[in-house]
Amino acid sequence: MEGIIFYIIALVTIIAAVRVVMGRNAIHSALWLVLVFFCFGALYVLLQAEFVAAIQVIVYAGAIMVLFLFVIMLLRVDRAEELLSKHRTQRVVGALLVVALLVGIGVTVLVDRLPGKAGEKTIETLNTQAGGNTQALAEKLFTDYLLPFEFTSVLLLAAIVGAVILAKRKEEK
Amino acid sequence: MIPLSHYLGLSVILFTIGVLGVVIRRNAIVIFMCIELMLNAVNLSFVAIARSLSSLDGQVIVLLVMTVAAAEAAVGLAIIISIFRTKGTINVDEINLLKW
Repeated sequence: MEGIIFYIIALVTIIAAVRVVMGRNAIHSALWLVLVFFCFGALYVLLQAEFVAAIQVIVYAGAIMVLFLFVIMLLRVDRAEELLSKHRTQRVVGALLVVALLVGIGVTVLVDRLPGKAGEKTIETLNTQAGGNTQALAEKLFTDYLLPFEFTSVLLLAAIVGAVILAKRKEEK
Repeated sequence: MIPLSHYLGLSVILFTIGVLGVVIRRNAIVIFMCIELMLNAVNLSFVAIARSLSSLDGQVIVLLVMTVAAAEAAVGLAIIISIFRTKGTINVDEINLLKW
């Protein structure tokens, strides 16, 4: 049963991702990308990462995509456009590069064994012991990963200030 | 239980689709969306490997990656708006001057 669900979601994700790349209209690309993000959320649930799934839907499908749609509408690029680059060599080299990348990463990832020692308890056990995936993640995040966590708050502040400064209209002197 | 290799295979395919988009598309916003797609593909492999190695560290890293992605999207879109004001286009073939 889990297998069937996985393959259906995987198929939907790949089709939606192709539509993101091949959509002639930026709005259509953005909406297909929302579907991709929801599929990722479903995959995270299958992988027993419920909190990550919730954050995926809230942050990506919610916040980031709204930002994208706002910018698309603000810049009025929501019309059909030429899909491919005008330069022929660029297209050919790009396609070859992508095929090489697919084969290269694919072979490396699928043939090599994972180094690293597996933990003693499965994710499911860890989640149940802590009282849920959210609690288990919180314990990890606020002990072992406290410093990176605090750094992200500085990063977000810098991003907010940077975005406002960059997008602000220059004042007339 | 689905083997790890299937998740990694899906992740590779989605990452490559993202790269393809960055290489062939000319609209800066669509290129940005493809970058988000690539980040998500990597997140998927993080979570899959975390389950396979029975460790929660992968999931924590994914949360940090999502934060960076959100910051990157905000700043990137601000830059795109700024470029659009100056050049009147977001076609990356026409944005070819470092100074104007």
